[in-house]
Amino acid sequence: MFNRITHTGVWVTDQDEALAFYRDVLGFEVRMDVTVAEYGNLRWLAVGLPGQDLVLQLTAFDPPQMDEATGAQVRQILAKGYTPPLIFEVDDCRATIDRLRERGVDITQEPVEQPYGIDAGIRDPSGNSIRITQPAPAA
Amino acid sequence: MIADHPDRNLLRAKDLIDARYADPLDTAALAARACCSEAHFIRTFKRAFGETPHQYLLTRRLERAAALLRGTDYNVAEVCFNVGLASVGSFTSSFRRVYGMTPTAYRAAFPPAARMAHVPTCVVMAHAKRRRNGEDTAADAT
Repeated sequence: MFNRITHTGVWVTDQDEALAFYRDVLGFEVRMDVTVAEYGNLRWLAVGLPGQDLVLQLTAFDPPQMDEATGAQVRQILAKGYTPPLIFEVDDCRATIDRLRERGVDITQEPVEQPYGIDAGIRDPSGNSIRITQPAPAA
Repeated sequence: MIADHPDRNLLRAKDLIDARYADPLDTAALAARACCSEAHFIRTFKRAFGETPHQYLLTRRLERAAALLRGTDYNVAEVCFNVGLASVGSFTSSFRRVYGMTPTAYRAAFPPAARMAHVPTCVVMAHAKRRRNGEDTAADAT
């Protein structure tokens, strides 16, 4: 029925701050950054990884996306850390966490060996949980 | 740049508990992470997450203990010390209050095959049982 997942949305409290984090700290490429006047200056901001077509749409939640009251609820859900996690795969989890720590990123879980690989956690500035996984070698 | 939602600072303290539950953590250090006074921190943390910071720390320690009982062969004392608790007696009674059985019985209830279910830790940690009479619902976000 479907071929691929191409886009997924991530709520962010501030698109400029999110862009700086995903692009400059995590190394994502900017795939799209367009502000559409006809839609009340809706900013379509999408980032992706080299060699992969999936993009994360860094999505704001102030008007025109949603009304103020609903936006306030989203802001609270994010602030409490209740959005579902993003999971990114790396070759070397410990080295990645060391590099991100040097860059001042919030580390929520130091690298831990799990049956499925080495796994750690960080948060983006908005409060989204990001898991960083180094897969276990195939048995 | 939008100013942080106040709950974002509380989340920093909650993340500190999740990251450092095995270490001695006092309320003063957690309140400092949340950038507020201890009294305000305890009150607002409970309002945001449904438990006081101290209760949440114990919830997390017991949840991690349950994971060690399911997934390792550490004995009960090793599990207790591994999650930052000092007294095996009070660990056993707290564990029984939340999980409804002793650590030993809990381990026996999980066949080794359960260890092969590779659910990521972040998901497992989000399903910690609460201290309050075994209630295990998510925090009320009011």
